[in-house]
Amino acid sequence: MIALSDYLILGAILFGISVAGIFLNRKNVIILLMSIELMLLAVNINFIAFSHYLNDLAGQVFVFFILTVAAAESAIGLAIIIVLFRRRNTINIQDLDSLKG
Amino acid sequence: MNNIFADIQLAIPEIFVFSMACVILLVDRFTHERMPKASFLLTQATLLIALYLNLAGAPASGTMKAFNDMFILDGMATLVKSMIFILTFVVLIYSHDYISERKMYRGEYFVIILIAVVGMMVMVSASHFITIYIGLELLSLSLYTLVAMNRNSDLATEAAMKYFVLGALASGMLLYGMSIIYGATGSLDIESIRNAIQGMQSDDVMLMLGLVFIIVGIGFKLGVVPFHMWIPDIYQGAPTSVVLFIGTAPKIAAFAFVMRLLVDGFQALAVSWSEMLTIFAILSMGMGNIVAIAQTNLKRMLAYSTISHMGYFMLGILSANPNGYSASLFYVIIYSFTTMAAFGLIIMMSRAGFEAEEISDYKGLNKRHPWFAFMVALVMFSMAGIPPTVGFFAKLSVIQALVDVDKYWLAVVAVLFAVIGAYYYLRVVKTLYFDKPETSEPISANIGMQFVLTVNVFALLLIMPWIGVIMDICSEAISKMG
Repeated sequence: MIALSDYLILGAILFGISVAGIFLNRKNVIILLMSIELMLLAVNINFIAFSHYLNDLAGQVFVFFILTVAAAESAIGLAIIIVLFRRRNTINIQDLDSLKG
Repeated sequence: MNNIFADIQLAIPEIFVFSMACVILLVDRFTHERMPKASFLLTQATLLIALYLNLAGAPASGTMKAFNDMFILDGMATLVKSMIFILTFVVLIYSHDYISERKMYRGEYFVIILIAVVGMMVMVSASHFITIYIGLELLSLSLYTLVAMNRNSDLATEAAMKYFVLGALASGMLLYGMSIIYGATGSLDIESIRNAIQGMQSDDVMLMLGLVFIIVGIGFKLGVVPFHMWIPDIYQGAPTSVVLFIGTAPKIAAFAFVMRLLVDGFQALAVSWSEMLTIFAILSMGMGNIVAIAQTNLKRMLAYSTISHMGYFMLGILSANPNGYSASLFYVIIYSFTTMAAFGLIIMMSRAGFEAEEISDYKGLNKRHPWFAFMVALVMFSMAGIPPTVGFFAKLSVIQALVDVDKYWLAVVAVLFAVIGAYYYLRVVKTLYFDKPETSEPISANIGMQFVLTVNVFALLLIMPWIGVIMDICSEAISKMG
């Protein structure tokens, strides 16, 4: 039997990796999208684990909503990346520096 | 399963706006060549009818819930939604010429704005974590798209990318917090969460962890220091018409969002979140006002001014009593109308191929067009909070709320930073009146927009005798909250 805490630790580790991925990544915008996706999946693990141990379906329903929104989110993210690539011929994060101050 | 029609009746404004968004998307396909104005007019009509439906459907007293308690309608929801409709309506009038000069005048623009409005409405009326999240995402996803709408601009696409990444990060944080709270209380419904928390210890580790993540998420969405990095970039990079929208209606919706989550849900933990918000508020007021001094781009300066205003807005909420909440609501309403006038003026000054976003573009405006110069000056006075403009009463009411709960030191800090803030607003006024104009190009703006803008700007001054009425409306709305 896997304990609730194991799931939560897994969720926390994945969440940590994804936040680190967003802040430490200096190369590719696609990796940012992957990190964002991973973050939402970490949350999903939390929700499903709690839902199972609380015997309450609401958490699992929430997961469906999060999955759908995550799909819409990556669609928009990819669309923005395409526009960006058309303008600059690069999706390197270091080149995104024309706005600062 | 109770009567589904009774449920639907409460959500009629939402359903109406969303259906109209779909209808406009279709209609635009057929009319965008022959009658390009059709979708604009339909959108405006939709907003006005929605305003009517919203006021007509307002509950006479108390709160009404629908869809298994996922949807709530109360005094605050009605007031905030009405404000959203009015703001969006005026925002579209201001944007009309701007977007047609920049080839963004397409049906999608209006449809996306309407969908963002639906998102805000859902967020304002949410009483369940799922509805809060769906409303928030509907709003955020629409805003990312709007920022990227000008595909020919390097800055706009870069701004959209940054907004997207940080916005998604914020949603992630918020969701993680929600999942922890779900585990701690065993419910996603805000009212059950409130009841569950009351029966728990207030220093429960799970609750605190969840609360911290939720507050970080809220901080990101509101753009308070230290989660403000995206605001200046978006304000500078995005098309001015989009900034005009982002800077007004969503701010009021964000107020309702904070109220639903923190005040409705975590009332029992008020001591803890009020301390966290205090830190945010001090940092935002300080950082926003000080960094704004160094800006030469007017849009970027207004972005830092937004950050500082969000700090002031938090002052009311962190006093954690109904007086404070209504002061915050009052503040954010006044702030939205002032920002709308400010960006409206930037739009009016700009023309095809010229953005009028550097402060130096406003040099000697008084000699070129005294009337516009006076309006810009009035808006700057209102932002700085100089009496007799409404900005003063807004600041007064939040500081009053602080004094009421004996947070004198915080009130002093707030006033000190307001004085620092006055410097950069007054610098703009100095540029208008005491510098030599660099160009003598005439300013062309259509009469209708000039008229609305003039009314908007002068309302900031002439509304003064009715300030009490507005404050009463705000406190009544708060007292009618669920």
